[in-house]
Amino acid sequence: MLLPSHFHREVNMSVVVANDIRKSFGPLEVLKGVSLNVEAGEVIALIGRSGSGKSTFLRCLNGLETVDSGLIQIAGHAMSRKPAALRELRRDVGIVFQSYNLFPHLTAGENIMLAPVQVKGETKVAARDEAQRCLSMVGLGDRFDAYPDMLSGGQQQRVAIARSLAMRPKVLLFDEVTSALDPELTGEVLAVIEDLARQGMTMLLVTHEMGFARRVADRTIFMKDGIIHEGGPSAEFFTNPRTPELQAFLRSEIG
Amino acid sequence: MRTFGSPEFFFIFYALRWTLTLTAIAFVGGGLVGIALAVMRISSSKALRVATSAYMQFVQGLPLLILMFICYYAPSLFGFEVSAIAAAAVALTINSSAFLGAIWESALRAIPKAQWESADALALHPFKVLRFVIAPQAIRLAMPSTVGFLVQIIKQTSIASIIGFVEITRAGQLVSNATFDPLKSFLAVAAFYFAVCFPLTQLSLWLESRAAKRGAHA
Repeated sequence: MLLPSHFHREVNMSVVVANDIRKSFGPLEVLKGVSLNVEAGEVIALIGRSGSGKSTFLRCLNGLETVDSGLIQIAGHAMSRKPAALRELRRDVGIVFQSYNLFPHLTAGENIMLAPVQVKGETKVAARDEAQRCLSMVGLGDRFDAYPDMLSGGQQQRVAIARSLAMRPKVLLFDEVTSALDPELTGEVLAVIEDLARQGMTMLLVTHEMGFARRVADRTIFMKDGIIHEGGPSAEFFTNPRTPELQAFLRSEIG
Repeated sequence: MRTFGSPEFFFIFYALRWTLTLTAIAFVGGGLVGIALAVMRISSSKALRVATSAYMQFVQGLPLLILMFICYYAPSLFGFEVSAIAAAAVALTINSSAFLGAIWESALRAIPKAQWESADALALHPFKVLRFVIAPQAIRLAMPSTVGFLVQIIKQTSIASIIGFVEITRAGQLVSNATFDPLKSFLAVAAFYFAVCFPLTQLSLWLESRAAKRGAHA
C-alpha cells in the first residue's frame, strides 16, 4: 500500500499512529476507519456517546481488542497478534479501566509490584521502593498495605493508576476512569491525571468530563458512529464546534 | 467363635491407615489431574476443551463401583494382574480427578474477565496471570467445596472393600464374619469414619463462613 508522503514523517515523530482502523463485532461495524496520530507529551481526550466506538478504539491500541484492518504503531511497537510481541508492546502502554480491576487478594503495594517483578524481573526491594514512590505520586503513600476492599473507589482508581505508572509506560490509556465513581471522588482521580499531564506523560482519555477535557487535553476528538467526526485543539474545539452533531452533543453534555 | 473385644477393635483401627492411604493417593493424584483438567477446560483450544469435557462427563456418569471393577478386572484381559490397592487407587484417582476438575473449573470461571484483562494489560505471561492473579483467588473460592469433596473421597474408599482391599469397611466385614456381631463391628467402622470426617466437614463450614465474611483477601 502506498502511504501519503506526510505519513512516513509522522510515523517517526508520533508515539501513537493509528491508520484507518476498522473493527466489527459480528454484523456491527463499530470502527469504520479511524486514524489518529499522537505526539509525545500530548494529552488527547476522546468524547462521544456510548456506542460511538471510543472505548473500542482505545482498547485496540493495546491489543485488548483485535482490529479487522488498519495499522497501529504505539510506543515504537507495531501492533501484533503474536502473544510475545503483544507483551512487549504492553510493557510500554499502560491502561486504566473504569472498574479499577485491582487484584483483590493483593495489597495496594503488591498490586503495583507484581508486573515490575514478574514482567521486568526487578528485585522485590527495587520494586517495593518504586511502588512506594508511585503510591506517593497518587497521594496514597500511607496505604501500601491496604487491601483494595479497604479503599474507596477513588483511592482504588489511584492505586490502579500507580500500578500502570510503575511499569514506566510511554503511553497511558484511560478508559472512562471516573465513570464508576461518586461525583465527590472524581476530583481526586482527575487531579492525579492532570498532574501526569503537567509532567509530560502522553495520554489518551476516553471521558465524559467535558470541563476536564477542555482544561487538560491538548486536543479533543469527538467520535460518532465509528468515525472521528470532529477533532482539534481543545480550546477551539469547545468554543467553536463546527459540526451540528458536535454542537448538539456538547449542548446535551454541558447543558 | 470370637467375641468383639479390643483385638477386633484394633484390627479395624489398623485398617484405618489403608483408608487414609487410599484417600491420600486419590486426593493428590486426582488433584494433580484435576488441576490439569481445569486449566485445559478454560484453554483457548477447542480440541482440549472438548476432550477434557468428554472425559469429565464420562467419568462423572460412571458409578465408582463399576469404575473399580473395570480397573481391577480389565488388566487381566491383557494378561496383567493388578493388586487390589493399585486398582482401587487408579479408580479413585480417575473419579476424583473428574470431580475436582469440575470444582476448580467453575472456580476459575468465577473470576471476573476483567481480572484476566488487567493482568494481560500489564504484560504478564499467561502462566503468570494464572499463577499470581487468577489461581490465588480461585483457590480461596474453591477451598470449602474441595475440603467437602475430600470427605466424599474418604467415604468412597469403602467401595474398595468390594474388590477385597482391606481398608476399614472390609476390616469391619472380616470382624463381623468372625464374631457374628455385625452391629458392633460396623458401629466401630462408622465411629472411625465419623472421627475422620467430622473435623473436615467442620473445617469446610469454617472456610465457607470465613470466605463469606472476609471477602476476597483472607
